[in-house]
Amino acid sequence: MALKIVKGSIDRMFDKNLQDLVRGIRNHKEDEAKYISTCIDEIKQELKQDNIAVKANAVCKLTYLQMLGYDVSWAAFNIVEVMSSSKFTYKRIGYLAASQCFHEGTDVIMLTTNQIRKDLSSPNQYDTGVALTGLSCFVTPDLARDLANDIMTLMSHTKPYIRKKAVLIMYKVFLKYPESLRPAFPRLKEKLEDPDPGVQSAAVNVICELARRNPKNYLSLAPLFFKLMTSSTNNWVLIKIIKLFGALTPLEPRLGKKLIEPLTNLIHSTSAMSLLYECVNTVIAVLISLSSGMPNHSASIQLCVQKLRILIEDSDQNLKYLGLLAMSKILKTHPKSVQSHKDLILQCLDDKDESIRLRALDLLYGMVSKKNLMEIVKKLMLHVDKAEGTTYRDELLTKIIDICSQSNFQYITNFEWYISILVELTRLEGTRHGHLIASQMLDVAIRVKAIRGFAVAQMATLLDNAHLLTGNTQRNGICEVLYAAAWICGEFSEHLEDPMQTLEAMLRPKVATLPGHIQAVYVQNAAKLFATVLRKHDGETESQAAQETSQLLIDRLPLFVQSANLEVQERASCILQLVKYIQKLQQKNVEVAEEVTALFAGELNPVAPKAQKKVPIPEGLDLDAWINEPPSGSESEDEKPKAVFAKEEPKHSRSRHTEVDEKELARRREVRKQEQASNPFYIKASPSSQKVYDAPGVEHIPVVQIDLSVPLKVPGMPMSDQYLKLEEERRQKEKAERKKKEKKKKREKRGKERKADSGPESEEDITPAHQVDIVTEEMPENALPSDDDDKDPNDPHKALDIDLDKPLADSDKLPVRTHRPEVLKSPAEDRDGESVPQETKKKSGKEKKKDKEKDRKRSKEEKKKKKKPKEVEEELLESQPEEAVQSEETKEAAAPPTSTSAEASDLDFWLSSAPVPPAAQEVTAPSSSAAAVDTSSAAAPESEPDEPKDTEPEDTKSSKHKKKKQKKEKEEKEKKKKKRHHHHHQHHGDAGGEDSVQNGTVEEEEPLPPMSNYSLLAENSYIKMMKEDADQVYDIQGNHQDESKVVVSVIFENKSDSFLKAMEFNVLDSLNSKLQRPEGAGAHDSLTVPFQLPPGVSNEARFVFSVQSIVMPQKLKGTLTFIVKSDESSTHEKLDFKLHFTCTSYLITTPCYSDAYAKLLESGDLKGSSLRLEGINMPFHHLLARICFHHHFSVVERIDSCASMYSRSIQGHHVCLLVKTSDQTVSIDAKCDEPSLLGNVLDEIKQTFSKC
Amino acid sequence: MIKAILIFNNHGKPRLIRFYQYFAEDMQQQIIRETFHLVSKRDDNVCNFLEGGSLIGGSDYKLIYRHYATLYFVFCVDSSESELGILDLIQVNLLQFVFVETLDKCFENVCELDLIFHMDKVHYILQEVVMGGMVLETNMNEIVAQVELQNRMEKSEGGLSAAPARAVSAVKNMNLPEIPRNINIGDINIKVPSLSPF
Repeated sequence: MALKIVKGSIDRMFDKNLQDLVRGIRNHKEDEAKYISTCIDEIKQELKQDNIAVKANAVCKLTYLQMLGYDVSWAAFNIVEVMSSSKFTYKRIGYLAASQCFHEGTDVIMLTTNQIRKDLSSPNQYDTGVALTGLSCFVTPDLARDLANDIMTLMSHTKPYIRKKAVLIMYKVFLKYPESLRPAFPRLKEKLEDPDPGVQSAAVNVICELARRNPKNYLSLAPLFFKLMTSSTNNWVLIKIIKLFGALTPLEPRLGKKLIEPLTNLIHSTSAMSLLYECVNTVIAVLISLSSGMPNHSASIQLCVQKLRILIEDSDQNLKYLGLLAMSKILKTHPKSVQSHKDLILQCLDDKDESIRLRALDLLYGMVSKKNLMEIVKKLMLHVDKAEGTTYRDELLTKIIDICSQSNFQYITNFEWYISILVELTRLEGTRHGHLIASQMLDVAIRVKAIRGFAVAQMATLLDNAHLLTGNTQRNGICEVLYAAAWICGEFSEHLEDPMQTLEAMLRPKVATLPGHIQAVYVQNAAKLFATVLRKHDGETESQAAQETSQLLIDRLPLFVQSANLEVQERASCILQLVKYIQKLQQKNVEVAEEVTALFAGELNPVAPKAQKKVPIPEGLDLDAWINEPPSGSESEDEKPKAVFAKEEPKHSRSRHTEVDEKELARRREVRKQEQASNPFYIKASPSSQKVYDAPGVEHIPVVQIDLSVPLKVPGMPMSDQYLKLEEERRQKEKAERKKKEKKKKREKRGKERKADSGPESEEDITPAHQVDIVTEEMPENALPSDDDDKDPNDPHKALDIDLDKPLADSDKLPVRTHRPEVLKSPAEDRDGESVPQETKKKSGKEKKKDKEKDRKRSKEEKKKKKKPKEVEEELLESQPEEAVQSEETKEAAAPPTSTSAEASDLDFWLSSAPVPPAAQEVTAPSSSAAAVDTSSAAAPESEPDEPKDTEPEDTKSSKHKKKKQKKEKEEKEKKKKKRHHHHHQHHGDAGGEDSVQNGTVEEEEPLPPMSNYSLLAENSYIKMMKEDADQVYDIQGNHQDESKVVVSVIFENKSDSFLKAMEFNVLDSLNSKLQRPEGAGAHDSLTVPFQLPPGVSNEARFVFSVQSIVMPQKLKGTLTFIVKSDESSTHEKLDFKLHFTCTSYLITTPCYSDAYAKLLESGDLKGSSLRLEGINMPFHHLLARICFHHHFSVVERIDSCASMYSRSIQGHHVCLLVKTSDQTVSIDAKCDEPSLLGNVLDEIKQTFSKC
Repeated sequence: MIKAILIFNNHGKPRLIRFYQYFAEDMQQQIIRETFHLVSKRDDNVCNFLEGGSLIGGSDYKLIYRHYATLYFVFCVDSSESELGILDLIQVNLLQFVFVETLDKCFENVCELDLIFHMDKVHYILQEVVMGGMVLETNMNEIVAQVELQNRMEKSEGGLSAAPARAVSAVKNMNLPEIPRNINIGDINIKVPSLSPF
């Protein structure tokens, strides 16, 4: 054998390995491609061999070649082969290759499902780890669906190494299979408090990723994260959490208030720049979310700005960059605090680092005001001249335009200046942004009526000097400007001083070299100019000029008629014919000017870009309905007539519109009106303008009239600098004037209009130098302010927008492997049982949070009770918590109305409480109730990890020990509890404390009798205690290897008419089993049950026991003491009980695969025993289900009337059963590595079946 | 989320690529070229953040890189990652601790040649640091421990059968005059790994 291996590897050693390949490639620099192709041939040969080592080596080389850009997908199947090798070395190679080149389109991926599942459950943690890592790279929706359950199980693996990987990969699973999010979330949440920092960090990571996309669903986790933030020392985790809070605060401003203090502390204390920076960022987010003008937060802003200034001034370019980045966020809400650092930011514009310059530019965008716009733009223009790289220059150009055009040209006081800036920008060589400049020119010329004369003059000059723009190369985009210039000159030709000259310029032969769409505009606008010229010379008989113009057109247009561009050709030939006809008329001395002008009459109005989209669909119009009956027979896709217009409206947006009812419409209209009211450029619709809306014409266009001084006249070619100077002078003058006026105390009306949009500085001082009529864009009459179009419908995260606070429904289950449906009866049952505990887990998670608050409250309550003991208890319970909340809420000025849902009020409560960190809250609890506080605070962390074991078939009862904060809530709860109570009654009635109705029922020919693990513990006339078979079990990982914990759930049901309170639960510890008591409590102290019971109510509490040896069943004696409080009296009562820990209760349902099972049996470590049961007349699957349910086994395999089952104890003992049945006789052969445990388990099984 | 991790040398030759989102091979190469183009023209004393790789990501994504001796380490990340955190990860954790020290510990000493010849090993190390685009572990000791354990496992599996192969590879290495004995790159002192004892 060994010889063979050696021989094989001697053969192998002359194969190239990875190093040889790399070396070979390096030695064949000249003919690399050829060399690699021979290597690939060799690899193909190697892959054909049977030896897995050879294959693995080949795959390893392929991974390298893949990096070099070679497609290796042809070897996908071989990669799968290597992945399934039993040796870790090869498996790892296979998974690496797969993670590098598999993707959703790889078809062999579907072959891997079982292999991956096998690896995931491998006893070797590194097999599992490697499989998880690989899977994280190529998980597909199918894989995610099939493996979600397996991965979820791994989240509770004993090894933190596996746990953290399993937790991380869940994010990928959620993305691919969003249905898994809800069932898996409770466990993910638990992992936030995992003892291992790596797992914790992974869980934080995943939740942060999830929350970033859909923050509102994760608001309820805020208290938990807050706790982590104040307790964690891992910077990486802290950063993630702080970033998460940054995403949450916009949704919940109260959260922000709570955060400010700890964040400020962190800012002061931390030495890690990364943490400091994220803190500053989140503080900024908080400040943004808080309504501005909170006086007490100005200190925080100052702190942030100061810290950022330090960052920006730092010599480290990275800090400088980030400082600027964060600064731009502050800018949005607190521009004043940033503007004082203008010097610093302008300085950054000169930085050699482009990233920093770009950031600084971004900042400038927000810093401009009416006052400094010209100055800043001037500075930028200087940079434009200096900038060498075209990318940066283009960036500058777009920024200049952005800065100037922002919020509807808000900061521009002088449009002539702006036009001249635009004209100057056209002189930039090689810019890509010609169209941007062009659209700005058009925009300004169309919307600012007063500027048209000036604009037209400028454009005419541009057209005249067109050769300067087109001189260099065609491909530079600047010639786009000519498009705008031509159109403006044509459209507003009445402002032209010499239309004839412009016309001549537009028809130069050189124009034919321009791009087609520009030529088309030239031709069309030439016609407009022609009309203008004709009108100018209207009335002059036998006008020489008019005829010359016609002749000019007739001479030049044929050039365009020959154009290769159809649009140009068509327009040119139309117009040519028209002009020829006009010429004829002219020669006959017919007045034509009127008619020609009529061709271009009317004004074009600017239309908002989204206007079309926002036209609401009239009622009764169904756009999806057929107008005629659809033609019979199938019509193929391509036969459908192609849409002439771009499909602007996706269907869903339409249907969305139709959903909007009248009320909603009215509301939106109202909102829009308000928006418009606050928009200074929107003229408040006078009733008349509304009414004549439909009438054609321009009168209705809302125009803002601003009373202004005389327009400036600048002689000659205007340079923007001149404007700057003039502007300054003008402002000086105005200032002086104003001062005079102020002295006269005649400072009325002026500036009032502008006050609404007064910029950060006192801008009402600056009046625009120009007559500005900004025409707003047209919108349809009842346009819908729909801004939902921003969301990308293809975003995978959209599917993860799932409400996680809703309890799990039956449908929220992860699919389980189902290759043998028969066997599946019992696992299916397990699943049904399982989905419910998850629900309860989730709830109890919440409750735990609540508990702390409650305890705190209770302590207060108790204090009060002492003060006024005569008060009726019942009332106390109901009214006091409410008072407490209210009083706390009233402390907060801005406490919003508490919402009714328990979940929301949970968070509300946390948020509205005084901003003391929870840690402190616990400590400050008064000593009288210290025990109670401790219990819950200690129990919470303990019982949370209790729950991971997933396949526990447990019943639905959860701890419902909620106390109410509000009456309303309480009433709701009461109802729930009654239901629950009722529920209990039912099952005790029909199944004698043994069977109960289960939430999930199994559908089958013969329905299974319902089962419950709750058994009667003790009962007297006051109270009934039901114990759940201590089945929530886990072993503490790492620290106490030999000690295991068992959680016992006890339902307390008040059977009397009195009120039960001060329940104390105590158990006499044995050497082996001990009740877990809070730290500091004595060994015999009792635990306070964390709730009180009104009459007829039941509730559940959990107690943790630590157990050393699990091979024997245990009985523990215990006592419950409580006070019965009725109207007239109160008595002290007690109830003794015996807690029975069966060996079964130490077993955990653990899935096992048949191959692993076979190996286990073969290993010979297990000792056997057997059992015969007579007279069992129940169907075999019921029998199996019972064993599964009551004794925590899982079915490994079932063949006819024979089944193998498996379970594992909390201390890792394997228990295997082979169950056979024939004629009412059941024989069970069992094997276990611990004979006494096995004996006891078998006894218990026997007992179970003897009962039925 | 981390979208990609690229390591290439001063000439743009890829030494390790790890995409956490699928791109076809030719697209991957294009991205590497573009990234190299963006990164290589930057001075060493400018900031380590870069916006606007047009091929990879989009407005939400940033390139965070670090030039180190003859190698560029580039992370393409979105806004959920802390810039300084990632830089720390590369600079402090990944480079000095995780990469250099881990590589150091795992390879004894590191240089570009190690990356070239042991791409697979570097991948295995990286897998312990970043998984599926999310940072898995930042604790250096933990990473080293896990990598070591896995290597040990590989060795024990290799056993007898791997011995001849190792021998051959050692012989092959001996014929290699081109591996320099001592390379001094920047601020790390790098020794060429001594030949495996044979």
